[in-house]
Amino acid sequence: MSSGAVKVWYLVHKWTSLVCTLFLLMLCITGLPLIFHEEIDHLLEGERPLPAVEAGAPSKTLEDALDTALARFPGTIPLFMSFDEDQPVVNVTTGPRPRSTVDEMNFISIHRPTAEPVRTPDDEGVMHFILQLHTDMFLGLGGELFLGFMGFLFFVAIVSGVVVYAPFMRKLRFGTVRVSRNSRAKWLDTHNLLGIVTLMWASVVGLTGVVNTLSTPLVDLWRADQLSEMVAPYEGKPVPTAFSSLDDAVATAMAAAPGTTPQFVAFPGVRFSSNHHYAVWLRGATPATKQLHTPALIDAETGALTEMRSMPWYMTVLRLSQPLHFGDYGGLPMKVLWALLDIAAIVILGSGLYLWLARRSLPAPGTRHAHEELLPQAGPAE
Amino acid sequence: MTRRRHFTLGEIFAVPLLLAIVTIVGLVAALLGDGWLDTLSWAGLAIPALVIPWALIRRRA
Repeated sequence: MSSGAVKVWYLVHKWTSLVCTLFLLMLCITGLPLIFHEEIDHLLEGERPLPAVEAGAPSKTLEDALDTALARFPGTIPLFMSFDEDQPVVNVTTGPRPRSTVDEMNFISIHRPTAEPVRTPDDEGVMHFILQLHTDMFLGLGGELFLGFMGFLFFVAIVSGVVVYAPFMRKLRFGTVRVSRNSRAKWLDTHNLLGIVTLMWASVVGLTGVVNTLSTPLVDLWRADQLSEMVAPYEGKPVPTAFSSLDDAVATAMAAAPGTTPQFVAFPGVRFSSNHHYAVWLRGATPATKQLHTPALIDAETGALTEMRSMPWYMTVLRLSQPLHFGDYGGLPMKVLWALLDIAAIVILGSGLYLWLARRSLPAPGTRHAHEELLPQAGPAE
Repeated sequence: MTRRRHFTLGEIFAVPLLLAIVTIVGLVAALLGDGWLDTLSWAGLAIPALVIPWALIRRRA
């Protein structure tokens, strides 16, 4: 590569890094406890106690659970019912109208066999604070998209970093860390080593993080692109006043897609459904297909299956981006490795910042030999 | 270490490329199932994680 091209790549690396570094440091540091949020929540709150089930007592229905929720929040209508993966518990969200704002929504967890309320997951504590900071810095969609853009710059910094890695390594064996020279050489080599070793992991976690920030626009796109097509024959119909059975709707949906379990039900009129349907979102059984939700639309008046179709590619990408960003799909050992690689990323960001700051205390540019061994050496020398 | 020859691009990127492949195998394996696929995934992510202390100790110069 010509020395001009190296210089350009070097500038790209420098500036994309400088712009995103502080935000990425925040993301990596807040991300560290978030990797273990399940374990931490469990530690802080303990196992959620469930009511005892009387032997021989008939199991309650989903309608019963719904009644419990609506009795708790009178005057509201059901919006969502989600199904816990680990416990026989459903979570019901209600609100004053189908398009309620998040602030207007009520949330209750209900034990399925007894239809009795149980403790809801904590959404106030320190972990929730960290999650909000990590997701959107308390700035809503704008903050989320901004962090997405920082993630994109991070990826550009990774790619340009790989390009400028080559000229640095012309004379050094892989992994060499020159500790005996000076602090700058030591940190430069450490930065290069950690950067090149974690390259793939950092790219995947970075890019899937970017995709996750696009979740709101992607769901809107899906609604406009697919959902509107699926429910076109029902266009203009009002939300029915009397609904067909929720239990039957879930059973009909599961029968149409054997091997799946319900993830959540969106009630008629809400963002993930149509005015006239229960949208039963089904998940598969493997870690990957668990993410690939298939919505089944059940006519909320007749209880018949209207349509079921797989998610379009962009929703598949969005769904798969979640586990690949969170690192929560391979047990505790994976989380520990995720944390170690995250710490490596923190060191990369910190050392990069140090290398830029330390550069300023060096002899002024133009002074001979000032940057000799610090800038990448271009082209086939000699 | 007085080496006159410069490393070629192939030599420079051989190990990084291998590590990138091992990492992506590790990332994808656990998505596809549990059990041995999880173990494969741990190995795939442990290798890059272990290369770092290895280099910091064995490649000091």
